Amino acid sequence: MTQELLYWQALNRALDVEMAADESVFVLGEDVGLYGGSYRVTEGLYARYGEARVRDTPISENSFTGLGVGAAMVGMRPVVEIMTINFAMLALDSIVNGAAKIPFMSGGQFPMPLVIRVPGGVARQLAAQHAQRLESMFMNVPGLRVAVPSTPQDAYWQLRQAIASDEPVVLLEHEVLYFTKGPVDTMAEPPPMHQAAIRRAGKDLTLIGYSRTALQAQEAAAELARDRIDAEVIDLRSLNPIDWKTLSDSVNKTHRALVIEEDCRHAGAGAEIAASLAERCFFALDAPVERVAGLDMPTPYNGALEAASIPRVADIVAAARALLGPREKAAA
Amino acid sequence: MEREKMHRLLRDMMLSRVFEERAAEEYQKGNIVGFLHLYPGEEAVAAGVINAAGPSDYIVSTYREHAHALVRGVPPRAVMAELFGRATGMSGGMGGSMHMFDRERRFMGGYAIVGETYPIAIGIGYAVALRALPESVICFFGDGAVNQGTFHESLNMAALWRLPVLFVCENNHYAIGTDIHRHSAVPEVYKRAAAYNIAAEKVDGMDVLKVYDATRHALERIRRAGGPQFLEFETYRHRGHSMADPGAYRPPVEVKAYQVIDPLTIGAREIEFRYPTPAELAAVGPDNIARLTEHMISVGHLEAEEVAQIRKEVEAVVEDAVQFSLASPQPTMDDAWRHLNCNRRHEQLLQAQEVL
Repeated sequence: MTQELLYWQALNRALDVEMAADESVFVLGEDVGLYGGSYRVTEGLYARYGEARVRDTPISENSFTGLGVGAAMVGMRPVVEIMTINFAMLALDSIVNGAAKIPFMSGGQFPMPLVIRVPGGVARQLAAQHAQRLESMFMNVPGLRVAVPSTPQDAYWQLRQAIASDEPVVLLEHEVLYFTKGPVDTMAEPPPMHQAAIRRAGKDLTLIGYSRTALQAQEAAAELARDRIDAEVIDLRSLNPIDWKTLSDSVNKTHRALVIEEDCRHAGAGAEIAASLAERCFFALDAPVERVAGLDMPTPYNGALEAASIPRVADIVAAARALLGPREKAAA
Repeated sequence: MEREKMHRLLRDMMLSRVFEERAAEEYQKGNIVGFLHLYPGEEAVAAGVINAAGPSDYIVSTYREHAHALVRGVPPRAVMAELFGRATGMSGGMGGSMHMFDRERRFMGGYAIVGETYPIAIGIGYAVALRALPESVICFFGDGAVNQGTFHESLNMAALWRLPVLFVCENNHYAIGTDIHRHSAVPEVYKRAAAYNIAAEKVDGMDVLKVYDATRHALERIRRAGGPQFLEFETYRHRGHSMADPGAYRPPVEVKAYQVIDPLTIGAREIEFRYPTPAELAAVGPDNIARLTEHMISVGHLEAEEVAQIRKEVEAVVEDAVQFSLASPQPTMDDAWRHLNCNRRHEQLLQAQEVL
């Protein structure tokens, strides 16, 4: 059954379905209960499932995330909402030293069916402490899964898959996507949680995005198409693991790749993708893998500067043209 | 307390003592490497607390947890083999001294980040409360750990949601090398629990019978009333913080005061065995094992010669654990990958496609 849902509604629906099906699923976080969640994701759940399963927590990120870790060790399926990724800094011990390492350092004795939902990214002039991304930090933690849905459909699927998974999953939700709309088929069989999606097939170059930048890549591809540049667009959907097969198949076909990330360029997700594609597809590449990325600076408050500090569609189009430059001339 | 139970406490304490002294020797030989935090001096806390717990209670421990595991009933072989990093260790050689886990015995891990045990414990407590089970969670931490933010965050949540958690402070007076009077504005740790309306008690942690009773009562209160409890045990470690720390920052008179003429040491000399007089004990302060043996002898539960017998028996157990560890296989890199990916056995979706 397909419905048009907002991104937050899709997440809300996923939580509702999982909570109804399994009593071991519970959600906790700041203002997730009575208030309904800062981005409405937990709206209505408090009334339906009660305060023990929709728990409003004090402002104690490290301890309530760690509470999720402890509960997961004994078979519960906690969904922790950290109000914004900026506050996840305070919970890094529970996420990195706890959730990611306990299954391993216990010699495989304890599963970790924990989901940590974190809104993040650059929204609208929230300034440096409330407008950032930490995906590269989480990607660097073995044992942690990082999912980055860009559409309501993926938000629905990937949150459900994350809850069903016995591995700790960080679900990065982009704040500007919460009120985007899209079709959600609740009956269809989802692809694996980490499988990348080819959003647009093309032959001239591969645009690689995730979360919000996957949508920007599609806009850029539409614009490039007007110049008869046929871009393939891949939405990664997951940053750990990364679906290298889909990526290398595409690059082996197009011979050029451009990674678009909102996170800072230095040591970001793009660096990992560019390096790995160079290793995997060196002989197929006609040019180095390029990146369009956020600037290496804290996000400015000023609106114009903020917009200039992260990738814009025009930046992607320009970078794609530059990457194809010699070929374009040859064609002309 | 009946004879049998007292003997159990004594044996647990002596096993812990002998195990740790042997671990120190094996460390010097290079069979154990990395960080090694030893427990001698504090045995009364592990023995008293964990013996008072039931098999369905959970234990969350710190990086000084070998004795906790032993008292909980983990085979000494598995504890020693973990120290040796062998595949037969409690955590398959993946965790080492500071990360011992035993799912079956509800031994929920040793944690090496100070202040990390509280959130884990309240999480387990939250699960217990949601399922309305008659179980409790025992959360160990040291005096140095009470100045972490998680202490306050977690005590608050435990009290707010009436979680069945027993907070157990092993106050050995030092945050590594910093005396409690130099690290805490309020050095009476138990008083802090009052800020969260948690009933708290300070107990002589060198007296295993008092530790046992206090714990038993606290666990009863948890089962009756549902909310958390807090116990502070004053204790002392004979050694430095870890093998890398000679503990030179402590006044020699203080160290001596706690290293009472130890019946274990004397027992080893066998013929010369003489139990210290109460006056001698009073002069140098209490060793927890000395205290218990004195009491047991005075109430007729123990013959002086039995101490040497028990020591011999636990020495044989520890020797066996060492030989077992030496003979045990090293874990392979395949084992490591298997442990890392252990959770995928339930995860069809990720298995469906090759990840790399």
